[in-house]
Amino acid sequence: MTTTSGVSRPPELRQPNVLRHFGQWLRNPGFISASPTLIFFLIGFVGPLIIVLGFSFVPERTFGFHGDWTVENYVHIISESYWISFAWSFGLAAATVVCCLLIAYPVSYGLARIFGRWAAPVMLVLVIPLFVSENVRLFGWYLVLLKGGGILAGSTKFLFGLDTGTLLYSPGTILMGMVYVYLPYTLFPTTLGLSLVPRDQMDAASDLGANRWQIFREVELPIAMPGILIGSLLTFVLAIGAISEAKLLGGANIVVIAHSILHEFTYAQNWPLGSAISMFAIVITGILVILVMRRLDLDRLLGRK
Amino acid sequence: MESRSKRWTKSLIIVWTGVIVLFFFVPIAGVIISSFGKSRYFRFPVRSWSTKWYDQTLNANLTENLHITSFYVAGCVALIAVVLGFFGALAFARYDWKGRIFYQRLIMLPIFFPQAVLGLALLLWFTYVGVLPSWEAAVFAHLVWIIPIVTLVISIQVYGFDVSQEEAAFDLGANRLQVFREVTLPALAPGLFSGALFAFLLSWGNFPLSTYTSGADSTVTEWLYTKMSSGYTPMIPTIGALSVYGSIAILFIGYLLLIARRRRNEKRA
Repeated sequence: MTTTSGVSRPPELRQPNVLRHFGQWLRNPGFISASPTLIFFLIGFVGPLIIVLGFSFVPERTFGFHGDWTVENYVHIISESYWISFAWSFGLAAATVVCCLLIAYPVSYGLARIFGRWAAPVMLVLVIPLFVSENVRLFGWYLVLLKGGGILAGSTKFLFGLDTGTLLYSPGTILMGMVYVYLPYTLFPTTLGLSLVPRDQMDAASDLGANRWQIFREVELPIAMPGILIGSLLTFVLAIGAISEAKLLGGANIVVIAHSILHEFTYAQNWPLGSAISMFAIVITGILVILVMRRLDLDRLLGRK
Repeated sequence: MESRSKRWTKSLIIVWTGVIVLFFFVPIAGVIISSFGKSRYFRFPVRSWSTKWYDQTLNANLTENLHITSFYVAGCVALIAVVLGFFGALAFARYDWKGRIFYQRLIMLPIFFPQAVLGLALLLWFTYVGVLPSWEAAVFAHLVWIIPIVTLVISIQVYGFDVSQEEAAFDLGANRLQVFREVTLPALAPGLFSGALFAFLLSWGNFPLSTYTSGADSTVTEWLYTKMSSGYTPMIPTIGALSVYGSIAILFIGYLLLIARRRRNEKRA
């Protein structure tokens, strides 16, 4: 009970103290409210990932764990042509992020600064496609771009009498489809980020003689960065997992990584190889996510005052 | 001079936004137009219009089954996600506790994860623990991805919640349950509502998670994908169009309800 007891207490007496602290921590309302989602996270996310990791080390074409482990699946990926799928997926995903940012930035700027009370309805209109299944929308593009009778080709023929070919089945069209599908994921976090930039600060910079470019680089971009980063990350990760775009708009020309994985799990019935390919994707996106997450202050971004 | 260049930028941005809105709706319009075409295969410009594919689709058992499955999945997902997400949001935004920052980042991870990979990881996991693929398994799979999103959506509401209201109610002698029912829940209701809306619609439109985990219970999006990549039938645009109408209707009703609620609260205040 004296003030010196904390210093002079022998270590064997300190241990119950640590335990008691831990017990208290377990009973605080924060941890209690967090526990349902945490338990779900363990069962629904951590468990499955461990199983994928495990499966990536068992011999080819086995469907369970029997005690023999191997790295041949990883050797297989590197020695065979799977890296082409990886290159396509990562290239397309990176290109998608760049295109989405360039397209979304002016719209986000408008939503955050210019549209005023029209911002909410415009936002609602932009949200609608997000809730229509991706497959339906991509099918729509398929109808638009269809050879001969598609909406684009049909219109040019009807209006100008021109016979145009089709844009389907090319990398550019796949990219267009991906930009189309993932644009909202860039757009909304970027808008959130931009709306954090205080108007006074921009006005002040402008009064002090900064030009538009300087304001953009010195004021707008640093403050909006967390939103832009979240948007880009989300877009990139979702684009890595994209499968329908390449399948529906690209035909069989380009095999993306998600398609290779699906193939190994269905037709080829080679779960260990599929798991090893998945592990590659998991590790690479995981590193990116951790790098970006470390820089974010979610409280600030989501509006705690 | 300055204001003129500003006006220029402004109109450019408005035009650009208009272009993007068009870009968003081109394929949706394409699906709807083709669903009203009379011929078996889509040709544009459409020569003759008809609603016969709608008649046929609406009378088919298949349509009913697909929508019922999708509806069950989305309904269960919305319900469970809102309950878990509510508590998650309290831990995320309301309480100050050691480990909160870590929890915030941890719980976000499933959102930032390729969905196709998540779907197959869950399939392996289900096989390992002995759960058969079914619509219930798909509910679980959707939840892994949707609970974090709902937690985020509700958190935004929780951040704006004034904790002193709760304390005032406690001071006035209310017990924990009463405070929860009379103060906390009504204040967070809009957040819970948007969370449920998000959960329902995201589950309704999800394909990558369902395709791995739902087994023989096919949802609308799975059926569309299978039919699009193998045999075409004129029912594809029709069912696609129907799901577009459904999503838009749900979204607008939700939006109107939120506005009506806000109006009512303003009147009361």
